[in-house]
Amino acid sequence: MMAQLVFYVFATVLLFSAVMVISARNPVHSVLFLILAFFNAAGLFLVAGAEFLAMLLVIVYVGAVAVLFLFVVMMLDIDFSSLREGFQKHAPLGVCVGGVLFAELLMAFSNWKMAPANIVAPLNPVPQLTNTEALGTVIYTHYVFLFQACGIVLLVAMIGAIVLTLRERATGRRQNIDKQHARTVEETLELVQLPLGENVFESGGFLRPKGSYYETAVPGSYGSGNQAVAETEENRP
Amino acid sequence: MTPAIAPIGIGPYLFVSAALLVLGVFGIFLNRKNVIILLMSMELILLSANLNLVAFSSAHGDLSGQVMVLFVLTIAAAEAAIGLAIVTVYFRNRGSIQVEDVTMMKG
Repeated sequence: MMAQLVFYVFATVLLFSAVMVISARNPVHSVLFLILAFFNAAGLFLVAGAEFLAMLLVIVYVGAVAVLFLFVVMMLDIDFSSLREGFQKHAPLGVCVGGVLFAELLMAFSNWKMAPANIVAPLNPVPQLTNTEALGTVIYTHYVFLFQACGIVLLVAMIGAIVLTLRERATGRRQNIDKQHARTVEETLELVQLPLGENVFESGGFLRPKGSYYETAVPGSYGSGNQAVAETEENRP
Repeated sequence: MTPAIAPIGIGPYLFVSAALLVLGVFGIFLNRKNVIILLMSMELILLSANLNLVAFSSAHGDLSGQVMVLFVLTIAAAEAAIGLAIVTVYFRNRGSIQVEDVTMMKG
């Protein structure tokens, strides 16, 4: 009885917050309702006995994905009211497609059975195992390649996101490796004889390579001669 | 051993998951211009798939469904990261995120 009550509370709030996600006027509210939806889905997972996945949902979704959404929504300066123009126009089509989809799903679910022999990994092979331990025994044995594939997917996503958003800015100094290697001690360093009681600033400072400091910098990077050009970002073509 | 889902049954779970999927699809139709809400709708759809997998896993006593949820979570996180990166780049280049006039590539 208690489990049913908890289930219906979580399910109701989940569906309500899903409705609010797609219909909220302010996208920040949408993201916040998305977080609420994830929390309630985690509650449903708990009711179904998947404790590890529930915690994972809270950590991955609420802690990372939803915050990423929130970050992007708040960072981009967008006139969101203009983005809602087609709201009424597409609604009837959406209702039709959604209604058909829902009816079909219910029909499919009502006439469906699973062959009992198809179970791959029993839920509780050893009764003392917690859900997390049982999941670990399955992931690292039976599904180890799937697990590795997860890692590759995340790596590709990470590299892709970095490549997409990386901007070539003239804030870092990159060396021309050939020039740097071709330098000799004579053309780089200078031994300064200091008279007694003098400081180094009168003889031109110290720890300073002879000639231009920026000779070995890659053109376009910071400190490559025409610094005034390099530092203004508007000069990009 | 009785599954944890036994007092509720699998039917309500499937109903909630179906409703969540339909809400996600409806959200895609409703917010055609706002690509951020589109991405959020996709997250809802993936969440409904996860809910289904967990419910079936619990009802049939098969742990592989939960492993699949792990995989779907990974895909969803990667998709959100890439999608939001694309949105950021697009906004930087065009100054808006109107996805209806994405015609730069003449596709």
